[in-house]
Amino acid sequence: MFDLNGKTALVTGASGGIGAAIARALHAAGATVALSGTRKEALEALAGELNGRTHILPCNLSQKDETEKLVPAAEAAMGGLDILVNNAGITRDMLFMRLKDEDWDAVINVNLTSAFRLSRAALRGMMKKRFGRIIQITSVVGVTGNPGQGNYAAAKAGMIGMSKSLAGEVASRGVTVNCVAPGFIESPMTDALTDAQKEAILRMVPTGRLGTGADVAAACVYLASAEAAYVTGQTLHVNGGMAMI
Amino acid sequence: MSDVAERVKKIVVEHLGVEADKVVDKANFIDDLGADSLDTVELVMAFEEEFGVEIPDDAAETILTVGDAVKFLEKAKAA
Repeated sequence: MFDLNGKTALVTGASGGIGAAIARALHAAGATVALSGTRKEALEALAGELNGRTHILPCNLSQKDETEKLVPAAEAAMGGLDILVNNAGITRDMLFMRLKDEDWDAVINVNLTSAFRLSRAALRGMMKKRFGRIIQITSVVGVTGNPGQGNYAAAKAGMIGMSKSLAGEVASRGVTVNCVAPGFIESPMTDALTDAQKEAILRMVPTGRLGTGADVAAACVYLASAEAAYVTGQTLHVNGGMAMI
Repeated sequence: MSDVAERVKKIVVEHLGVEADKVVDKANFIDDLGADSLDTVELVMAFEEEFGVEIPDDAAETILTVGDAVKFLEKAKAA
């Protein structure tokens, strides 16, 4: 089950915790993985750990021209692209009344617009091959909303609507488009929380623990697999039951 | 038949899975050959690749029949 041998994948934001976990899991399932991100050292460290079947493609997704070169570079490096995981994301949290245009624009640009551009670029090869897997890493807050994250929640909700629309267009060509929506996941961001804050969060999570990058990555491996061919336009929530939607 | 027309016809037959004798100049991709809107996008992509030309969106919109495609590509090739 879920054998990705011979498949090629591009993971954005692979220098971050969840992105690295996704790259590890796809790689462990047999895929060749192109690691993209802004921090080259972190990508190199990950590539060293995976030891083979990786390519390092640094990219700043806030730059249009860099973004547009990323998929062609991945295709050139790996001889094609079967699986695209749009994982890269940034936050600029602020109460709505104080939210500045530039913080709105930055979050929409990196989290949503880059996912649009990369997906569009990947489609050509996928449609031709009659096989493709596009996976957007969205967030539970894209569905529930979250005070202080108006920009982030808008971008993540945008990914869901975008994916459903695209899924309908390309389903007949063997290309699926799905979202994975993590809840609270262990990361440098949650490490910075106080014990009291963590306790408050855990009261909302029936599973009683924070999620891990591996929890999110497992959902990606499934959606990337041949077995998930009949699943498209969906959002798979990986949140320990904190929101049942 | 010109070389361009033959190559266009081959692509259309392969891509849409239609009988070669139905792929005549007047055949409309959607109405006569059963293409959907995504097929037309893919056909344009295939023409671009085969002939090494770029077909901008506004030009692609005017390519409705096999003959339209041949005419456009003959012109593009001559240019």
